[in-house]
Amino acid sequence: MTSAPMSPTLSPALSQTVLTGMARRRLLSFAVPVAVLAYLLYAALAFDLAGLAARARWDNAGILLSDFWSYKTHVTRDNRSGKLTVAIEGEAKGTYPPGRLPDWVTVAGDVTTIDLGDGNIVTYDDQGARYVIPGYGTVAIRPAGGKLALEAPQPLPKWINASDNKISVTTPAGRFSYSRSKVETFKYQPGWELFFFTLDSPFYGKGPLELLQLATTAPRIDAGQTNLGYMLSEIWTNKMWHHRDVAWALFETVLMAFLGTMLAAMLALPLAFLAASNFMPLGAIRFAFRRVFDFIRGVDGLIWTIILSRAFGPGPMTGALAIFLTDTGSFGKMFSEALENIDEKQVEGIRSTGANAVQRARVGVIPQITPILLSQVLYYLESNTRSATVIGAIVGGGIGLLLTQAIITQKDWEEVAYYIVLIILMVMAMDAFSGWLRRRLIRGATDKG
Amino acid sequence: MAQTAAGPLAAAPRALPGIQTAYLDQLRRKRMYGGILLVIFVAMMVSGFRLAEYRNAGGFLSGLPMLGAFPAEVLSEAWRNRANLPALFVQFLPSLVETLNIAAVSTLLGGLAAVLLALLSTRGLAPWPRLIPVFRRFMDAARAMPEIVIALVLIYILGGGPVPAVIAIALHTSGALGKLFSEVAENADLKPVEGLASVGAGWGQRMALGILPQVAPNWLSYALMRLEINVRASAILGFVGEGGIGHDLKLAMQWGQGRYDKVVAIFLLLFLTIVIIDRLSDTARARLVKGAGA
Repeated sequence: MTSAPMSPTLSPALSQTVLTGMARRRLLSFAVPVAVLAYLLYAALAFDLAGLAARARWDNAGILLSDFWSYKTHVTRDNRSGKLTVAIEGEAKGTYPPGRLPDWVTVAGDVTTIDLGDGNIVTYDDQGARYVIPGYGTVAIRPAGGKLALEAPQPLPKWINASDNKISVTTPAGRFSYSRSKVETFKYQPGWELFFFTLDSPFYGKGPLELLQLATTAPRIDAGQTNLGYMLSEIWTNKMWHHRDVAWALFETVLMAFLGTMLAAMLALPLAFLAASNFMPLGAIRFAFRRVFDFIRGVDGLIWTIILSRAFGPGPMTGALAIFLTDTGSFGKMFSEALENIDEKQVEGIRSTGANAVQRARVGVIPQITPILLSQVLYYLESNTRSATVIGAIVGGGIGLLLTQAIITQKDWEEVAYYIVLIILMVMAMDAFSGWLRRRLIRGATDKG
Repeated sequence: MAQTAAGPLAAAPRALPGIQTAYLDQLRRKRMYGGILLVIFVAMMVSGFRLAEYRNAGGFLSGLPMLGAFPAEVLSEAWRNRANLPALFVQFLPSLVETLNIAAVSTLLGGLAAVLLALLSTRGLAPWPRLIPVFRRFMDAARAMPEIVIALVLIYILGGGPVPAVIAIALHTSGALGKLFSEVAENADLKPVEGLASVGAGWGQRMALGILPQVAPNWLSYALMRLEINVRASAILGFVGEGGIGHDLKLAMQWGQGRYDKVVAIFLLLFLTIVIIDRLSDTARARLVKGAGA
C-alpha cells in the first residue's frame, strides 16, 4: 500500500485518497504535540510558574529534609533566673532531668559548656556566652546597659545575624542565639530520638544487647510485671511518638476503607439488577436507577463527606459512610454493566428446570460475574485505603487527621516523615493483600466453573 | 443430580455410589467453608461498624434524622437567594477552570511520565532489562503515596497555588497509569519492533513507530479514565490544601449561614462538570476501544 503512487494498476483517484490520508496523518502527528505544548504553556502562565520561583521557600525544604532524618536538642538558659533546661525538640515531654544531662553538656557551678562537635564549643557563664568556632574565632556576647555587646572577628560573616536585641549564629554544627531573655543552642543529631523510650523510662539510653538481657535474664525492674511486658507498655504509651494513637489511626483508616467498600458492594449488587436491561424489563425503573447511580457519582465523595460529617460528626464511621455512598454509585454502574454482558445461555438452562428469578440469579448469574465483581471490589478496597487517608483529613479521623495536624504545626516534620512511611507501607500492604486475595478467589472461582 | 452424572458413567455403574458420596461430601465441605467465611465476614462487618460508631463523635441512629437537615438548610437559603446564582456561577468560573487545569495538566504530565515508565518497565521493550524492577518499585511507591501527603508537604515549601497539587496528582498518576500502560504494552505484538530493529531503528524510533500505534487506543482510554479521577482529586485537594474550586467551597462553608448560595453555586458547578466530563470520556472511550477492535 505504501508504494501505491508508483503502482500503475491503481487509479489516480485511489492514490489521491491515500496521499491525502497520509498527509492528514502527518499533519496530525505534528499538530498533537504542538497542541499539547501550547496547552502546557498556557497552564504555566495561568499557574504563575514564574512567580513560583520567588515564592518558594527553599530554606523550608532544608528544614524539612534535615528534620526527616535528624533531631535537635535545645540547651536553653533563662537569662533572668539562670535556669538551664536541656530538652529534645524543646518539648516539655523531652526534657532531661537535671541530674542526667547528655554527655556533651557539662555544668560546673554557673558555667555550662556545650560541645557541638568538631571543636565547636559554646560556653554560658555569669557574664554572657561565648561560642568558639574553629577556623573563624570566638564570638563573645555580653549584655551591657540593656543592649547586647558582640565581640567577634570583623567583618561579620553572613551566618552571624546581629542586632541590639538578638544575636544568632548558624554553623553546620548547630545554631546559637542570644536574646536578652534567654540564650539557646541547638545541637543536631541523626536519628529519631525517644522513638522507643522517653527520658523518664527506665529503659532509656540502653543498647540493644542490654535491652535483650533486661528482657530475658535480668531481675524485674518493676515487681508487678515482667521486664518485657514493661518494655512493650513503655513503647506503646510513648509520650513523644504516641505509638498507640498512631496504631489506632492506621487501624481506623483501614476500617473505614473496609466497611465503606463492603457495604457499598452489598447494597450495589441487588440495585445493579434493577438497572441492568436484561433483568429489568421496565424501562422507567431502569432509567431511574441509572440516574441515581450517576447522581451519586457526580456529587462526588468530597460533597458527600461534607454532608455526612454535618450529620454524624467527625470520626471513622462518617468516613466509612462517605466511602459507602460514593462507591455505591460506582459499583452500581459497573455491576449493572457486568450483568448486561453475561452469557444468557446459563440462565436459560436454569430457567428450563423451573427455577424462579432469585434461583436463576443465584445459580445462573452470580457465578458468572463473581470474578469481575471480586476483582472490582478488591481493587476499590485498595484504592479506598488511600482515599480514606484524604477523607480522614476532612472528617477528622484516622491517619489523615494525624498527618494534617502534624503538617499544620510546621515543626514536627520527623512525625510527618514517620506518618508518610506508615501510610505508604499501609497502602502497599493492602495492595499486596488484595492482589493475593484476588488471585486466590478468582482462581478458585474459575476452578469451580 | 445423580441422573445427570449417570450419563457418561453408565458403563461403570459400580463406581457410581462412591462418586456420588464423594461429590456430596465435597459439596457439603464447600458449603461449610462458605458458611464459615460468611459468618466471619458478617462478624467483622458488625463489630467493625460498632467500633467505628463508638469512636465517632455522633452515633449512627442519632445522626440519621439530621442527615437531611444540613442540605435542607443550605437549599432553602439558596432558594431564597436564587437570583444571585447566575452571578455566582460567573464569579466561580475562574476557580473551576483552575481546578480543571490542575487535573488536565497533571494527567498530561503524569501520562507522559507513565508512557516512559511503562516502556522502561515492560519485558521485551525495556532498553535496560536489569533496571525493570527499579522502575516497577518506583511506580509502586508513586501509586501508594496519597496525593494529599505530597501536596501538603509541597505547600510548605512552594507556598500555596496550583503547582503543589499538579505535582502531587501527576506523581500519583504516573504510578497508577504506568502500571496499566505496562500491562497493555506487555500484550503488544513484537513483530513490528523486530522489523524496525532490522532496519536499524533506535529504541525511541522502535517504540514510537512499532509500539505506540498498537497501544494508543487503550492507553488513551485509560488516560481519559484517569482524567475523570483527577478532576475529583483536584477538587478535594483544593478543599484540604489550596487552590481551585475546592478552596472556594471550603471558604464558603466556613462562613456558614449567609453564604449558602455560594455553596450551592459551587456544588452545582462541580456536579455539572463532573457529569459532563464523565459523559464525554465514556463516549470517547467506547469509541476508542471499539475502533481498536474493528
